[in-house]
Amino acid sequence: MANYSDLTPVNIITGFLGSGKTTLLQRLLRSRELSDVAVLVNEFGEVGLDHHLLQGVAESTLLLENGCVCCAVRGDLQKALRNLLSSRTRGDIPHFRRVVIETSGLADPAPIAYTLLSEAVLRHHFRLSSIITTVDAINGATQLDGFAEAVKQVSMADRLVVTKTDLAEEASTAALRAKLRDFNLSAQILHATDVRDDFHRLLTDDIYDSEGKFRDASQWSALEVHGKSSHEHTADVRSFAVIFDSPLDWTAFGVWVSMLLHRHGTDILRLKGLLNVEGVPTPVLVNGVQHIVHPPSHLERWPNADRRSRLIFIVRGLHRGPIERSLAVFNVLVNRPMALPA
Amino acid sequence: MTSAAAIRGRVLPPKRRTRVKGRSMCALCGVLGGTSEWSDSTTAPAAFAGRTQPQTRLRERQTRTRILNAVLKHHGVSVKDWSGNSYLLTSRTGRTAIVEAVGEIWAAAERIGGGPCDPLDERYLSTLGNHDH
Repeated sequence: MANYSDLTPVNIITGFLGSGKTTLLQRLLRSRELSDVAVLVNEFGEVGLDHHLLQGVAESTLLLENGCVCCAVRGDLQKALRNLLSSRTRGDIPHFRRVVIETSGLADPAPIAYTLLSEAVLRHHFRLSSIITTVDAINGATQLDGFAEAVKQVSMADRLVVTKTDLAEEASTAALRAKLRDFNLSAQILHATDVRDDFHRLLTDDIYDSEGKFRDASQWSALEVHGKSSHEHTADVRSFAVIFDSPLDWTAFGVWVSMLLHRHGTDILRLKGLLNVEGVPTPVLVNGVQHIVHPPSHLERWPNADRRSRLIFIVRGLHRGPIERSLAVFNVLVNRPMALPA
Repeated sequence: MTSAAAIRGRVLPPKRRTRVKGRSMCALCGVLGGTSEWSDSTTAPAAFAGRTQPQTRLRERQTRTRILNAVLKHHGVSVKDWSGNSYLLTSRTGRTAIVEAVGEIWAAAERIGGGPCDPLDERYLSTLGNHDH
């Protein structure tokens, strides 16, 4: 089996209706560094407008049928990716090194991530690179207040791209950024107009990319000390960092996360960690999407002198305190003498 | 595991493992080595390459089994590593379940034992944190 980092990366571009996903994608695809990208476009409604806008990549573009790329049509995504894979193997299409999936405006990105990480064939060939969510600077705040789909898309993102900032008031854009940070503590927030020369990094940086992982993960270490970094929201989706002073036992951590996701995985939208693992000198990175956790990655060095473990949670209805206490209890179990059978 | 050759006193080579579609299989007994799990550090050797103490898959499984026993003791369930590729769960009443992955343990423990496996339950945590129980 290939190393996880050698698998073909898949980016999900999501965002609410009219938030500028296709414009962003078109701009990305003009980048020379992204010339070998296959694109799966989802069409929502009867008119395949998105597809027609992306005809420039027609040979590698498959139009998914039946609307949303969510639970109901996950089979279509599975089929589309398998088709891409076999077409690449046969040489029927130009060799691609990355896949971008543009979802519909109402899609839940979680089932897409789940399909990639769990499907019997796909998980040996593809890996989830990042979830990029576009947010409209003019309507984004209203959409977040009114639509659970918009909240989910923002909460699950690795990167949040604020679009149409040239049309919005500076103050309202700043308020939107603050709102986005409330929902998602770990995502990088940028304006579509900000990034120019290295725009391709929007897709290529992730914690498994040898060049981009340090940039991607080192921002996690800059998060504030716990107690000041908790962000809560009336929609009951919140993000917070759990910071651990003592090194974590990897085996106990794995058991704990597994048990936690069994009971609360539906409410843990994202889990990211920059961990100081007992006996391992370099930081270990973990990355999870609801019930699924990617294989761990690592950085060659610590981003700064701070050696504490940071776990970033984006959750629905859960609180930091119990999670912190629970991990602390599990972390010392490894030092217990062998328990007798019950 | 014991084979006829071993009973006859022949020296067997160490167990060999072959890869079958991402799963390891014992070449002697044909038992599949289970699905790879993110929490198994052997699935990401680069991430743990700088380890100061040597670690083997077997040793890690032993440690994991020990932790699982401490965690599930309060649910009346004991755990044994079964052939290095599965976990055997036994309840106080003798009900058993065999699962391959750690992620499957919790549902099985709830089925054969008692009560939900919730690591955020305050009463459970206070019991688990008390060494004497």
